[in-house]
Formats: sequence, C-alpha cells, structure tokens
Amino acid sequence: MPGHSLLSLFLLVVWLIALPGCRPASAAGGGDAQTGKLTIENKGSDTMVNLALAWAERYMAEHPEVRISVTGGGSGTGIAALINGTVDIANASRAIKPEEIAEAQANGITPVEHVVARDAIAVIVHPSNPVSQLTIQQISDIYSGKITNWKEVGGEDRPIVLLSRETNSGTHVFFLEEVLRQGRKDDKTLFSPDTLLLPSSEGIIAEVRDNPNAIGYDGLGYVTPEVKTIAVARGPEGPYVLPSAKTVHSGQYPIARELYMYTRGEPRGEIKAYLDWILGEEAQAIVRELGFVPLRA
Amino acid sequence: MVASTDRLLRELKAGRPEARIGERVVERLIQATGLSAILFILLIFAFLIRESASTFVEVPLGDLLGTRWYPIEAYYGLLPLIFGSVVVTFGAALIALPMGLMTAVFIAEVAPRWAREILKPFVEVLAGIPSVVLGFMGILVLAPVIRTTLNTPTGLTAFTGSLLLAGMALPTIVSVAEDALDAVPRSYRDAALALGATRWQTIWRVTVPAARSGILTAMMLGIGRAIGETMTMLMVTGNAARMPEGLVALFRPVRTMTATIAAEMGEVARGSAHYHVLFTIGLVLFVISFLINLTASIVIFRQARRHQEKVLA
Repeated sequence: MPGHSLLSLFLLVVWLIALPGCRPASAAGGGDAQTGKLTIENKGSDTMVNLALAWAERYMAEHPEVRISVTGGGSGTGIAALINGTVDIANASRAIKPEEIAEAQANGITPVEHVVARDAIAVIVHPSNPVSQLTIQQISDIYSGKITNWKEVGGEDRPIVLLSRETNSGTHVFFLEEVLRQGRKDDKTLFSPDTLLLPSSEGIIAEVRDNPNAIGYDGLGYVTPEVKTIAVARGPEGPYVLPSAKTVHSGQYPIARELYMYTRGEPRGEIKAYLDWILGEEAQAIVRELGFVPLRA
Repeated sequence: MVASTDRLLRELKAGRPEARIGERVVERLIQATGLSAILFILLIFAFLIRESASTFVEVPLGDLLGTRWYPIEAYYGLLPLIFGSVVVTFGAALIALPMGLMTAVFIAEVAPRWAREILKPFVEVLAGIPSVVLGFMGILVLAPVIRTTLNTPTGLTAFTGSLLLAGMALPTIVSVAEDALDAVPRSYRDAALALGATRWQTIWRVTVPAARSGILTAMMLGIGRAIGETMTMLMVTGNAARMPEGLVALFRPVRTMTATIAAEMGEVARGSAHYHVLFTIGLVLFVISFLINLTASIVIFRQARRHQEKVLA
C-alpha cells in the first residue's frame, strides 16, 4: 500500500512537470461587450505613469465612450507586454532595443515609435552639499567608482553614497548609456558595485533629502525643492546649466531624453485618435504642469 | 461528553459496518492531507528545477560564481547576493536568538502570572505587523538614526535590515520557545528546587535543557523567517550587490537574494537567461532553508536518542 501511493504521487509530479506552461489568452484592445466602451490598455515606464494617468483622465472626461487603463512597472515591462500582445500602448522612457524589436517581429508584431514628450534627468544632492556644478565626466567617474570622496570634486571630506534606480528602470539604462558611457557604444563602463539600487523614485528623493553624502538622479518631474539640483556641463570649460524646459529645448542641458509610446503596428481608430490628442496643445500643457518638457517650446 | 462516550460504546457493541466505512474515509482524508505537504514541497522543488535548469547551459558555472551582479549586461555572479543574505541573516540571528531565548525564559519562568498574561499576547501581536510597515519605519526612522549614531556613509545597511529582521523573528522565537518551556513538567522544577538548586540553576540546568528541542525548533523557525524575508530587505538594505569585506560589511549596504528576485522578476523577459538565473537564486534559497531545517531535525533526533539512552541506562 505505501509503495502504491508513492508511485501515484510520483506519477502526479511527472504529469504536472510535463504540462506545458499554459498562458491565458489575452484579449486587449477589444470593445467591452458589457458596457459598449472601447478599452485601451496602456502600460510601462514608472517615470511616465503619472503623466499617462493625467492624460488618460482628461481624455476619458472628454470622450466618455473610451476607457483607458494605465499601469506602471517599468519601461521593459511595458515593452514586454506589448510583445506578448497584452497591451495596446507601451510607455517607455528609453528607446526600444534591437533585440526587443526582433522578439516582437517573431511574435508578428511591428512596434511603432511615437515621441510623446521630453524629459531632463536631474542630478541631485543634499541641500547642505557645497558642490553645485559637475561635468558629465565627473558624474561618470563618480558613478563608476573612480571618484569616491566629495573633496575630489570641490566638496567636503565625505564619502560619496551613490543612488540609482533598479536596473529594470528606463532611467537607469539611459543614465548608463548617456552619462556613464557618454554615448560611446563600445564603452564598457559599469555602475560601481557600491551603487545603492532603490526600487522607487521616491526612495531616491527621500535618501538624498536626509543624507549629506548622497548623490542621486531622477526625472525632472520627480525633483522636489527639498533637494539641491546640480548644474551640469558637457566639458570642464562649461557652461554649467540647470535642467528646465528652456535649457532642454535650447539643447544646453546635456542629460535630456525623449519619452516614447509604442503601438503594435501603425495606430488605427481610437488608439490613433488618442495619440493625436496627446501630441496636441491640451495634452502637452499637462506635460508642462507635471514638470516634464513638452515637445514644442 | 458522557453522551458521546455512550454512543461510542453502543457503536462498538453493535459493530456497525457503516461506522467502519466512515472511519476509513476519515483515515484516508488525514493521510492525504499529511502527504499533500510532501507533495507540495516536491512540486515546488520540481518547478524551481524546471525553470532554472537551462541556466547551467546558458551561463557558465564560472560566471555564476563571479562577484559581479549586473544582469542587464549579463553579469550573473551570485556570490554577492548569497553573502548579502548570509550577512543580514547572521546579524539578525546574533540579535534575535539570545534575546528571544531570554524573553521566553522570562515569560515562562520568571514573570508573575499577571505580567505573563499581558506579555504573551503582545509578543504575538508583534508577529502580525506587515513587513512593509516595518520597512517603512526602517527607512524613515531607523536608517537616519543608524547613519548619525554609527557614522556610516548611509543608513541603508545590512545592520538596519538585521535589526528589523530580528524584530520580525523575535515573536516566533519567543512564542514557540515559551510553549516548549511551559511543557516541561512541574515535577522537574520541584525536584531541582528540592535538591537545593537556586532558581537560576533550576532554569539553566534543568528547565531550559529539558525544553531544548522545542527551543531549537523556535530558533530554526526564526532564522527561516529571517532568510526568506523580502519586502523589508528591498526597502532598507540599499541593494548594492558588492562582496563583503570583513566585519565592516554588516554596516554597509548589501543586496539579498530575496530582494533581487522581488526587484527584477517583474521586468524580466520570460525564458531569458536572466529569468532562469532568478529561478536559480530561488533554488539556492530553497536549498539553504532545507539544509537549516535538516540540521535542526538531525540535532533534535540525536538529542532525543541520547536522552533515551540515558534514561535506559
């Protein structure tokens, strides 16, 4: 008897392992049969989630027949969901990677890119920190661990505590490519292993606000007056520029990026109407209100 | 009570066959419940192995034993994560084990009845505080205090995590150890006191050794809770994946295995090397907690046997 039940147990285990990974079929972008409303699924970048929510709320108020559901999770998460076909629009604070495009095409999806806003990445320190300006090279050296004390960049004799978002964040990837590696494709510079990877923008702001040793970076929309923003220069001769909508448009502030929405193929119908509205005056005014940089000056 | 006994006697006399069938069904049901625990463990283990198996094809073993964890550039060194978990758990055990044992002894042996009635439920309520709440308190209250008093570069350190973990493991340790002490027969204490032992001698030489298997279980459960804790670790330990350098590592940021899985699993592409490596971390965690429990069982079993031999001799 014991041998018998052990055998059946074993068989059950084998059967469950052999089961193929079942995935629920996704139904996105369809009409909602019960309410007759059109639903647009929108997911991705945490940097953009407040912006996307503000857009969706305003748009739904004007177009009651459309329902837009917005979730965060990170740029990579949104693009992965687009590739799996579970969302209509993916938000991303970085451009889609070639391998992601290949993966999408393998699934029969052609991602189409739409630039919907711009953003500056602010480098922030504790308000009591005497350092108020840095070059890109200095920031790169700080984050890669070559400079470890504030006195090396004209500050007090304090250790530097590096703060960054987690690696799933589009902001992290952008900062690695455009600041640490300064846009050089063959550069293999990495974040110092001492870098603290915090799970949220709020966590970074909180630590920078409390810790005089800390340096952090974050989207301009998240920066509060409780922290000090560093003026950044491309080279040692300057000019050192603070991030703002004006300096991003003039091209003077060096750490600026575009914010994207990706659709499956060319957008049609309600999705196209929504994207057209986002590029319009009203939606771009919301961009400015939330501390991001609108597409047009 | 009497009525049900009467019924049992009547049933036994009558020897009704349907009572036998009912008994069999219940017996099978209990057996199935018992076996299902083993089944679930086996299933979890099988699932972890299935999802992590291809790691060993995709990533060379040398890379997995590397000291750099940076998955988006295919650095999959697991050592800093394993050491991170070990450092935090070690710190927590250092604080929670002696404190837990002493609290349990106080509640079970020393405290007057009224204090005991108050203390025990309070300790148990402590176990119910959600870890995310503790993590929040850790960031806002504990981290700044640790930075300023210990003069560390940042307050988000392994030690901060250890303190909070100790707080989380304490209620489990106290509660289980106290029950074990409570189960020691009154006659042991009476005999020790009658032989002229002081109260202190009675507690450390008689009561605590008599309850040691229960106390050991309490400690293992506490450590198990500590090594598997995720949310608080993600929030307060700083998540910097670096190799510890000596004892000072306790006061520097670390990245634990659990926090790594929690932070990265949401983003990772299904079926990628990174995805498989995250499951490998899960497997390592599973094996570690399995080993802890196994060690505890072996120690308890040996002690029980030695005890028996002593009694027989």
